[in-house]
Parts: sequence; structure tokens; C-alpha cells
Amino acid sequence: MQMIKGRAYKFGDGINTDVIYPGRYLSITTDREEMAKHCFETVYPEFLKTARAGDIIVGGKNFGCGSSREQAATCLKYFGIGAVVAESFARIFYRNAINLGLPVLVAPGVTRVVDHGDDIEIDLDRGMVKNTRTNETVESTRLPSFILEIINDGGLIKHLRKKLGLSNK
Amino acid sequence: MVLGSGSQNKHPMGKNQMTIAEKILAKASGNDTVKPREIVTAQIDVAMSHENADVVLRAFREIGIEKVWDAERIVLLFDHRIPAESEKTAATHQRIRMFVKEQGIKHFYDLNEGICHQVLPENGHSRPGDVLVGTDSHTTTHGAFGTFATGIGATEMAGVWATGELWFMVPESMRIKISGDFNKHVSAKDLILSIVGKLGAAGADYKAIEFSGETISNMSIASRMVLTNLSMEMGAKVAFVVPDKKTVDYVRSRTNQPFSTLLPDQDAEYVEDLDINVNDLESMVACPHSVDNVKPVAEVAGMRIDQALIGSCTNGRLEDLASAAEILDGKQVSPGVRLLVIPASRRVYLEAVRKGYVEVFIRSGALVLNPGCGPCLGAHQGLMAPGEVCISTTNRNFKGRMGSSEAFVFLASPATVAQSAIAGEITAPN
Ligand code: SF4
Repeated sequence: MQMIKGRAYKFGDGINTDVIYPGRYLSITTDREEMAKHCFETVYPEFLKTARAGDIIVGGKNFGCGSSREQAATCLKYFGIGAVVAESFARIFYRNAINLGLPVLVAPGVTRVVDHGDDIEIDLDRGMVKNTRTNETVESTRLPSFILEIINDGGLIKHLRKKLGLSNK
Repeated sequence: MVLGSGSQNKHPMGKNQMTIAEKILAKASGNDTVKPREIVTAQIDVAMSHENADVVLRAFREIGIEKVWDAERIVLLFDHRIPAESEKTAATHQRIRMFVKEQGIKHFYDLNEGICHQVLPENGHSRPGDVLVGTDSHTTTHGAFGTFATGIGATEMAGVWATGELWFMVPESMRIKISGDFNKHVSAKDLILSIVGKLGAAGADYKAIEFSGETISNMSIASRMVLTNLSMEMGAKVAFVVPDKKTVDYVRSRTNQPFSTLLPDQDAEYVEDLDINVNDLESMVACPHSVDNVKPVAEVAGMRIDQALIGSCTNGRLEDLASAAEILDGKQVSPGVRLLVIPASRRVYLEAVRKGYVEVFIRSGALVLNPGCGPCLGAHQGLMAPGEVCISTTNRNFKGRMGSSEAFVFLASPATVAQSAIAGEITAPN
């Protein structure tokens, strides 16, 4: 059973990938730590000052809409974001996050029960999100087992290596 | 003409009627039928990447396989940052060129061909009935040829390079039928903007869209691509124009590869059915900072502009340049306005030179840039300063998309952009 705990960092609806990771940094293709220095930089510069590793991003509808740039998921993962929980996701961001081993949960109603700064707890297996300040919970859609497996393996690359019989260190 | 018959995949009892998306995924996953929400593993026919092949490459190396699954099915090119705007990008280009050599990638277009979503169709890589994945969100564009085409991330592309397959959830399908005739200077861009405005930025999330109807039958291939291109901005996973003779002729003239033109069954199930008539449609514009913030141009007319941009994978094709040239012919771009024109590909550029459009642009005071993405993604060439306003034929107007996060981008048709460039303010063509 996997539990993820962290402080909620809350955003509104329609947070797009240009906002999460500005196009001007797309020339950074390999240095993941460097990508992490630019999360939300142009539109929400305060994120880089106030967010901490281990925070859980709580988003509204259509989180991650826009381009397919994987940097948008990578920068959050390498910033240390523990998970992203949102009312709904745009599909490419959602897949990218899973492939990088960043847990993403669709939890309708989450923006109602969680405020910015609340401590929350995610039960990945049962598909539950709990606000530990108020004890309110919302259900999240449970991830199909093969997706959970990719996340638990630490992302698609490690998952494929395992499947192909290559060692994972 | 033989269009791969719609009955081929039918269940003997006439059940399990399928949409195009379902048919292609059934074929690609080796099933007789598939249903929405089912998860299938599909064989990939074409795997496309541009500069972000660099990210794919690193992930591919991490998987630890020596050779890609099929060097003939991978298409690589440069379009996003060409010519290299920085040393970093130059190194990216260099690494990819080396990889192409090392792996014997057969279809590689260097930085002189143009935007992926134009170059692939021009070279016969976008074919009906195929599954085409690209590390670019506007890969939906290729659905204009009846291709199941969708954007994926770099890491999963590395998985495709390694294994040639990928999981998909079978999308629900919606059908949009278009009827009527466009008014003069009103085009596919105005139509799709009005649809995005109606349905919203998440209006087609995860879904497959099928465009059909008399207006679509009469539409050029280029205009059809505008519809499937912008369908991405409603969240669509894939968008198709139901293939017809025009599609087959176009593809046939560009490739010898076999393909099967899969059509939807008559009683296939759709979660939504829309009928739209374009007789009264006027010129539309998407206002800052979201693509679904759509209004008739008349409502924002008079807004002063600093930059006007004609180009991109949405509207950088020959008919777009023709429509702009018709309006700009013999006119001058308003002083203080920068008009940038960016042909979508080298072939489009050459045709535009032959037809005299380029001369019209240059005489009018426009700056004609090399084929590619240009400022569309805010990486280089023609970025915006704080407070500036741009009217553009591209497909995204997010905050900070084209430079400063305090700039404003309006999206419109080539005709509207050309007219606005002359007027110095947002103006509908008439
Ligand atoms: S023109 Fe713009 S939207 Fe199209 S592929 Fe290039 S960057 Fe993406």
C-alpha cells in the first residue's frame, strides 16, 4: 500500500504547460535539475520561492493542457513534487507524469475540500485523498493496475527495463 | 476508386459497429472489435519527433536497447528552433543528426524542410488507417488524412522506439457535421475557432472527433488540416476528417506505401452529435489568454496591434498565404506594425515565390522568415515585449506563449491578420 503525504500547493483551472514550463527553456533537454529551477517561472514566480519538495499540487480542471513538452512533468518531479491531484487532466500531461513515475490522480471535488497550505494524504491503492486538517476526503479514480505498476517501478523506463529483463539499479 | 470498405470490419451479426478511431485501434491491436474505455496495445506505424527527439534519445539510452525497433518507421526533423537560436539548440541538432546516422533512420529532414505537421503529409507519412504518434501535441493534425494521430511525451516515445507499441485507452467518439457555404474571407479557421469557443478548452477531452458533411467534402486538404490541428485545443485525443477521394488522391500522389482507408460504420456510436451550418459564420478571433475565449472579430475591432503573424502548422499553407496576399496586394503594412510571414514548409515557400505572394508580402513591408515554427512557441524569432499585442494565425494564445507573460495574443484567420496588419488594429476582412 502506498501513501503520499504532503502540503497542498493549490492552483485554479486550466493550468497549461506553457505556464508550468515556459517555452523559452525548452532548449534545456537533458538537465532535469535545471528544468526544476523554472517551474511556473513566468506566470507564478512565487512558486519557486514558496513551494517545497514534498508538496502536492492540487489543480482544477484540465490541468496540464497545451503542449506535449515532457519538461512540464519533469520539472515538477525533479522539483520534488510528491503528486498532482486535480479535478481533471489533459491527457498528454497525465501520461507524461505516469511515465516519469510522478503520481497523478483525478479527484473530482478536491479543490472544494482542500485549501492552499492544507496537509493532505493520498492513498494510491484505494484511490482516496484526505485533508488531514479537516478530515474531509474525496475519492479519486483508481489507476488501472498496469499504470500503478509503472508508477511503482519508478516510471516507464525502469518498467521497460524490468520487462526486458535488464537490471535496474 | 476503392475506399477500404466500411463493411470490412463489421461483426457478422451487424453488431459492434465502429467509429474510425475504434476501427484503427482494433486493427492496430489485432482485435476484431474494440470498445470505448478499453485499454489496448497498438502497433505504431509512424513515430515522429522534432527537436525534442533529444529528450527521447536520452530516455531511449536509459532503457538500454541498442537499436530502434524499426528505422523506417521513425520520422525525425527540425522545426521548432531553426536555425539554431543558441549553442544549446545547435548541440541538440547535432546529437540528433548523429543518432540518425548511428541508427540508420530512413526519414530524416534537417532544418530546411519546415514544420512537422506539414512536412509529414507532403512526404506521404500521414496515411489513412495508420497509427501515427508524435512528440508534439498538434499531431492530431494528421487526422485530416484519416490517420489515428496523437501527441505523446518523450519518455513514452522512447518506449515506442524500443518496442514499436504503445497503450491507448479507446476514446469515445463525437461527430461534427458541417454544412453550408462560407462567406468571402471566412474560412476553416473561423469555423474551428467558433467550435472551440462553443465546446471549451476541455470540450473534447480524451475524445475522438470525426468531421464530415458537405462543407468538409468541398474543403481543401489544407483547410481540413486546420480543423484537426485546432481540435487539440479542445483536448481531443484524435480528430479525423472522414477520408474521401480527395484524401486518397493526395496520399497516393505522395507515397507508394500501402494503406487502408477505414471509414466509420453507419451505426457506430457517438457520445455527441453536432450539426453546424456555416452560412452565417463571420470572422472569429480567440482573445487572450485562452483559445476558447472566442468572439466575432467585430467585437474586438479597433484593438491596436504591434505585431501580426501569418504562419504555423495551423495556417502557414499555400492557401493561407494566398488569402493574405490577396488582401495585402498593393497595400502597406501600417507603420509601427511588424508583419511576420512564415511559410509552413520549403515547398509552400517555393510555391508562394512562384505565385508572386512573397513579392506582395515584401512590398507591403512584411518580414518573410524561413519555414518553421517561428515565434509560435516563444523560443525565438519575433517575441513580444510586455504590453504588446499580436494578432496571429497560430493556435495558442496562452500567457507567456510568445514572449512576455504580459503580452497579448489574439488568434485569427490569415485574412483577418492581413487586414489587421494594414489597419494597425484588429479588423475583419471584407
Ligand atoms: S507551429 Fe507552433 S503549434 Fe505548430 S508545431 Fe510549431 S510550435 Fe507547435
